[in-house]
Amino acid sequence: MSGVLRDMWDYLQSPDAWSGRNGLPALAWAHLRVSVVALLVAAAVAVPAGVVLGHVKRGALVAVSVVNIGRAVPSFAVLALLLPFSLRYGFGLGFWPTIVALVLLAIPPIFTNTYTGVRDVPADAVEAAQGMGMRGGELVRRVELPVALPLVLTGLRVSAVQVVATATLGALVGYRNLGTLIVTGFTSPDKGRMLAGAVAVALMALAIDALFALAARVLVPWRRKPGRWADVTVTGRDGAATAVP
Amino acid sequence: MTDHRASAPADVTLPVDVPPVDEAGPGPGPPPEDGGGEAALRLDRLTKVYPGAPRPAVDALDLAVPRGELVALVGPSGCGKTTTLKMINRLVEPTSGTVWLDGVDVRSLPVHELRRGIGYVIQQAGLFPHRKVRDNIATVPRMLGWPRRRIDDRVHELAELLDLDPDLLDRYPAALSGGQQQRVGVARALAADPPVLLMDEPYSAVDPIVRARLQDELMALQRRVHKTIVLVTHDIDEAIKLADRIAVLNVGGVLEQVGSPEDLLREPANDFVADFLGDDRGIKRLSLLRVGSAALRRGPVVEAGAPVEEARQVMAREGTDWVAVCEGDRLRGWVGADDLDRVSSVAAAEPRPFAAVVRADTTLRSALDVIVTSRSRVAVVVDDPHAGAAGASPDARYLGVLTLDDLAEGVTG
Amino acid sequence: MTAPLTAAEPLVRWDWVRDHTDDITAAFWEHLHLTAVAVAVGFAISLVLALVAVRWRWTYEPLAGICSVLYAIPSLALFGVLVAIPFFGLGFRTAMVALVSYTLLILLRNIVAGFDGVPAAAREAADAMGYERWRRVLQVDLPLAVPAIVAGLRIATVTTVGLVTVTALVGKGGFGDLINDGLSRDFPTPIVVGTVLSVALAVALDVAFVALEWLITPWARAARRARAPAGAEVAP
Repeated sequence: MSGVLRDMWDYLQSPDAWSGRNGLPALAWAHLRVSVVALLVAAAVAVPAGVVLGHVKRGALVAVSVVNIGRAVPSFAVLALLLPFSLRYGFGLGFWPTIVALVLLAIPPIFTNTYTGVRDVPADAVEAAQGMGMRGGELVRRVELPVALPLVLTGLRVSAVQVVATATLGALVGYRNLGTLIVTGFTSPDKGRMLAGAVAVALMALAIDALFALAARVLVPWRRKPGRWADVTVTGRDGAATAVP
Repeated sequence: MTDHRASAPADVTLPVDVPPVDEAGPGPGPPPEDGGGEAALRLDRLTKVYPGAPRPAVDALDLAVPRGELVALVGPSGCGKTTTLKMINRLVEPTSGTVWLDGVDVRSLPVHELRRGIGYVIQQAGLFPHRKVRDNIATVPRMLGWPRRRIDDRVHELAELLDLDPDLLDRYPAALSGGQQQRVGVARALAADPPVLLMDEPYSAVDPIVRARLQDELMALQRRVHKTIVLVTHDIDEAIKLADRIAVLNVGGVLEQVGSPEDLLREPANDFVADFLGDDRGIKRLSLLRVGSAALRRGPVVEAGAPVEEARQVMAREGTDWVAVCEGDRLRGWVGADDLDRVSSVAAAEPRPFAAVVRADTTLRSALDVIVTSRSRVAVVVDDPHAGAAGASPDARYLGVLTLDDLAEGVTG
Repeated sequence: MTAPLTAAEPLVRWDWVRDHTDDITAAFWEHLHLTAVAVAVGFAISLVLALVAVRWRWTYEPLAGICSVLYAIPSLALFGVLVAIPFFGLGFRTAMVALVSYTLLILLRNIVAGFDGVPAAAREAADAMGYERWRRVLQVDLPLAVPAIVAGLRIATVTTVGLVTVTALVGKGGFGDLINDGLSRDFPTPIVVGTVLSVALAVALDVAFVALEWLITPWARAARRARAPAGAEVAP
């Protein structure tokens, strides 16, 4: 055990670790970059969709199904499936299969949480606003979205953590990131590199999680409920409740 | 109907001395004086102080609950009535003071044993949703290890006692109405035949019609089984209706007065009690008395075959301008002085039906209502089970008359 | 036998499937085995943690916090750490630690929510009737918490089935082995087969839990059929 720690320490001391294409900064940046892009694209698709459907209060079945399917289909499989397509259609290894897989995976939590958040805005608040003359877009912008904000942020947070995790797996389809350190380390005698990569990924995921938690507290100071994870349940027509995540 | 006491809870290790059942007579009220001697329940300087609170929730409360009586604890919110109740079965532990259950300190028993010997009924019934009605009722007997056969018999016995349709026994609580659930709650509390029953606002959560019916059923039940009952309620009318004795508590668990409903209504100990009883105390007292208990006057009555002269003499003597017409003791109606001017005999005048009719068992309060709403000053009293707002049936037996003055006598006398 | 990826390569080569039914079946059993053990162990731990959290309320936040940290750590990172430790290395133990860790958060939260959802009136009545605490928890709280617990088990199971595909990387992966195999050889067939079967297994287990819940909560069925049929008079 101590041998491995020493190896990691040695690795971290060495110049390799900090420079060049395979250095920690480069890998970390690649990791972060693809995650952020995927999250933004997914949010751009999922948030509007969730808001619209939540506002008209339709599509509960879709919301439940989307999240169930998202949970049942393993992220690894999505990545693995995309690779042959990517290769066949000339998009190559690495970046493209990874980003597409990440976007697909990021959508369900954001969509479902946004949908639930907007749909479950207390009816009296909506009615009061309508009584004041608000309609449609204004209602959404000034009442529903702010009230739904905590859940939207929760969805983004859940998604972000999932994306960072799956980006790690991107190493398996050729996208160089921190995951590469881990995967190559499985079969090499030098476990120090692997441990360094693992710790770095773990720290990154936790940092993202904490960042979103902080953002929530700053943006939504009126939230009464403490605790890190919001309880989101989507009740489908069959009455089954599925909690997200 | 089997005698419940025969299936005495030998399993419950309370040293309960269960007296034999005596079938009390009809009508509400405490059982015969010799109800059992020593108080079944005694609260002895019972105190509860919550940490950090400026005042005690219950302050040195002394209260005796005689065996077989229903004692109501009433008072405004914050008066500690529920806390007091919960100290009896130790859901709340007293800060000081003692609760004596048949001469035994409740703290001397293991708490679970104690509670298995005390029935407890709450507002929302608290039935177990995951058990059928019959299993809910059988809860305590099962815990006590009763044989299956005995439990089944007891469940059926209680269903009959509580007026529960046997079909309901195999259903789940969610399928029952609020009133039915409350009845199951009472059945469950009585299952192991505990000597004492505690009830915490049992009827507050049901609608008024159901509530009145459940209250009547409780009174009928109490006439049959004579449990020692402590009932907490914020509804003074409910207390007056149900209780043999009422304990009025003030904020901080201070006992303002204890007495029978009649005593309280007649002589409230202080302004607080008087206010709590309401400013219609006199009328409330009327609800405790029945027409039959008032001395009925014969009133102006004449035989159908009597001559008009006799009728006029009766009217003069009684000071009225009308007479009741009877055939034997069957009431036919009344005729006014004006009607008699035009005929030669009473029989020729067409008797009119009385507007205000009451029976011997009508409460004086209802009688007042009948008199006032019929805009007459007099009600006729008949012996007729169907008499009511529609008047008396043709062959009702005439008993007498009741006037507003008689009612006033009843209240103030 | 490696087939080079050409434009003509079909998504699924059925002859390969026919030839490898043994491998597929073995993968199925391994996948099921890993899922079952992980969920069972995760449930056992979460149940204990939940009972502690319900009894001593202040422990809930810290316990949930630890579980959510474990949940946030990407599986691959967790593998990376565990593989470095000689005791774990590659293989069953590492897979199990990761799989179990990911179930803890959802199970803990749902079990606690289940207990919180027990109607207070029923609990008070049970206490007042002389139920000891342990008896009440066992005979009243637990049965009534079942729907929430089963909901948690459903989610945990489906998540675990998905995660087992990744544990292939440390040598124990059921259908994940097929996926991994196809990936390293640029051969889509096992990837598709592994994915489809993994999803099918997840769905099947989900349905099985729904059936289980229906079976063990007869009173919930009754509640749905609840009120007397229209027209019948219900006595107050």
